[in-house]
Amino acid sequence: MITLGDILTLSAILFALAVAGIFLNRKNVILLLMCVELLLLAANFNFIAFSRMLGNLTGQVFVFFVLTVAAAESAIGLAILVVLFRERRSINVEDMNTLKG
Amino acid sequence: MNPQLLLAIPLAPLIAAVIAGLFGRYIGRVATHSITIAGVALACGLSLYMTWLSYWGHVPSFNGPVYTWLVSDGVHMQVGFLIDRLTTLMMSVVTFVSLCVHVYTIGYMRDDPGYTRFFSYISLFTFGMLMLVMANNFMQLFFGWEAVGVVSYLLIGFWYTRPSAIFANLKAFLVNRVGDLGFIIGIAALFSYTHSLSYQAAFAAAPHLAHQTLPVFGGVNALTLICICLFIGAMGKSAQVPLHVWLPDSMEGPTPISALIHAATMVTAGVYMVARMSPLFEYSSTALSFVLVIGATNALFMGILGVINNDIKRVIAYSTLSQLGYMVAALGASAYAAGIFHLMTHACFKALLFLAAGSVIIAMHHEQDMRKMGGLGKYMPITAATCWIGGLSLVAFPFFSGYYSKDAIIEAVGLSHRWGSTYAYWCLLLGAYVTSLYTFRLLFMTFHGEERFRNVHAEHDAHGGHGAHEPRENSLVVTLPLIALAIPSVILGYFTVGKVLYGNYFGRAIMVLPQHNVLARMARDFHGPFELGLRGFLSVPFALVVAGLVTAWLFVLKRPQWADAAAVKFAWLKRILDQKYYFDWFNERLLAPLARGVGFGLWKVGDQGLIDGALVNGTAKSVGGIGGVVRRVQSGYLYSYAFWIVIGLAALLGWFMLRA
Repeated sequence: MITLGDILTLSAILFALAVAGIFLNRKNVILLLMCVELLLLAANFNFIAFSRMLGNLTGQVFVFFVLTVAAAESAIGLAILVVLFRERRSINVEDMNTLKG
Repeated sequence: MNPQLLLAIPLAPLIAAVIAGLFGRYIGRVATHSITIAGVALACGLSLYMTWLSYWGHVPSFNGPVYTWLVSDGVHMQVGFLIDRLTTLMMSVVTFVSLCVHVYTIGYMRDDPGYTRFFSYISLFTFGMLMLVMANNFMQLFFGWEAVGVVSYLLIGFWYTRPSAIFANLKAFLVNRVGDLGFIIGIAALFSYTHSLSYQAAFAAAPHLAHQTLPVFGGVNALTLICICLFIGAMGKSAQVPLHVWLPDSMEGPTPISALIHAATMVTAGVYMVARMSPLFEYSSTALSFVLVIGATNALFMGILGVINNDIKRVIAYSTLSQLGYMVAALGASAYAAGIFHLMTHACFKALLFLAAGSVIIAMHHEQDMRKMGGLGKYMPITAATCWIGGLSLVAFPFFSGYYSKDAIIEAVGLSHRWGSTYAYWCLLLGAYVTSLYTFRLLFMTFHGEERFRNVHAEHDAHGGHGAHEPRENSLVVTLPLIALAIPSVILGYFTVGKVLYGNYFGRAIMVLPQHNVLARMARDFHGPFELGLRGFLSVPFALVVAGLVTAWLFVLKRPQWADAAAVKFAWLKRILDQKYYFDWFNERLLAPLARGVGFGLWKVGDQGLIDGALVNGTAKSVGGIGGVVRRVQSGYLYSYAFWIVIGLAALLGWFMLRA
């Protein structure tokens, strides 16, 4: 029997992996986007787990919304990435440090 | 009295001044002087009519507002007139002298490019002076006070291309600021007690104020402080020691305004103001003692400076200082009527002396040094005769106007029992000798003796200049005002002394407490002006006048070498007098650098250092400095931002959990 704790543990591991990916990845912007997706998935797991435990469907409905928004966000993110690559001929994270005062 | 008619008196010169000032260039010289003279003549006629009404017409005095400017917190700021016999007398003096000077100016300023400007200024001055005199509240008084001050500034610097004129007008302005500071503090102190700007409220509060103590300087009487502050204002305007330094320098201005502003009217504003405020001053013996001592000091010591000066206008200027001292001393002895009476006669004969000096200056082609004159009486009979009349009036020769006013002052101060009156009496008595000395010295040096101007002209010829020409009498516009002023200089005193001085002419306009009323005591010995004139020949001051006459005759005409010998023998005294008692030295070497030093220090340390440096730029710099440190956190790398977000989230959650 899969318990709530198991699912939450899985979601925590996923979340931690995603965060570590964001921190440690220094080369590839696409990887960054994937890590963000992973963060959202970890959150979705939580939604589903609690929804199942509480017998309330609202949480699962939320997951659909989150997935939709995440898909839209990735589409925009990838579009920006393409433009960025055209502009800079690079998707290296280390080169993108212009976001500072 | 009709308020509209009263309003016309100051407004007529104002309108004339505005027309002359703005359109003088287009309407031409003749139109300009016609308009301004018409304006002043109208004011003069109406003033004389008001004087007639207030005395022979037995019309009660007028006291009321004509225009309310603003009302704030129950305080009415308005233009209002207080017209009683004191006011009408002063108005008549101001407008009459002003009229004479207007006419005279046509001749004196004939060749000056600033002709219309000058007429505009003197009409404006007449307006300001009338507003000051006619005021029934302190705000209007202060307005008039400052208005005449500004015009005085403009006129001293009338020839603005001369550095000495610019120096003199700035000096006059700055010294008057010192006096005005005292004046406005006095008004403010009075206002804080009565919460009203009108004279009436202030006069009503005076007996009550005399028993109140102000918690400054370890507790002083409120009324004494107010009166002394007001008098400091008068000291600035009426050139009393130590604020007198501006008046001799003000002779840089054209002669007509020396006569009008710096002899006859504006400088007497302080005397008028103190007389007007007699219901306040009467309750403060301390303040009156202060007034008495300052006035007496001025009367003697400023007169002495006139003896050693060689500039004809400056001699008369020091004479003005000395005579103002007499007036102020009279006020200090509670003989306000005597002060005002002397103001009136002095206005006539001193304006006359100045205008006569101006006439001489025209004839000498703007030469003012008496050492280059002499023997002019032959060539300029009218000027010489009128100048002699003015001089005799000034030295208080019996039966002349000046005699009745000046002797009354000396006698009143002698009778007074106020603290300092003995000192004042001796100062005034010796002052009579000094007055006689410098007056006859001036007359002898200018109109009699050797014709020294010929030597000067010989030098001109040597340089190939214009040929020697004899000085000659001026045209009618110059001599007519001289004659017009000479007549009252002779007879005014004789005909008015009984009423103005001993007849309680001013009624309730001037208040004197019975125990201080020295004039009432003198009135008991008064048996008509003729008898008083005869008595003058036996008095001590007359003996001193004769002594002065003899001294001047000996030193100027008979034995001129004695003067040089005396100058060598009393070199130390001459040095002190040449330096004018070191007042200018003190002001220019100590006071001004000190004030400038303090100002410089405040500017560098207070303004630039503290306010600009620490507060304004300091704020900006500290923001910049903190920002410079904090900006290092902003690397621009997305992962570092995310890292900080997570760290922050962890810290927040950790804190949240630990607290629970």
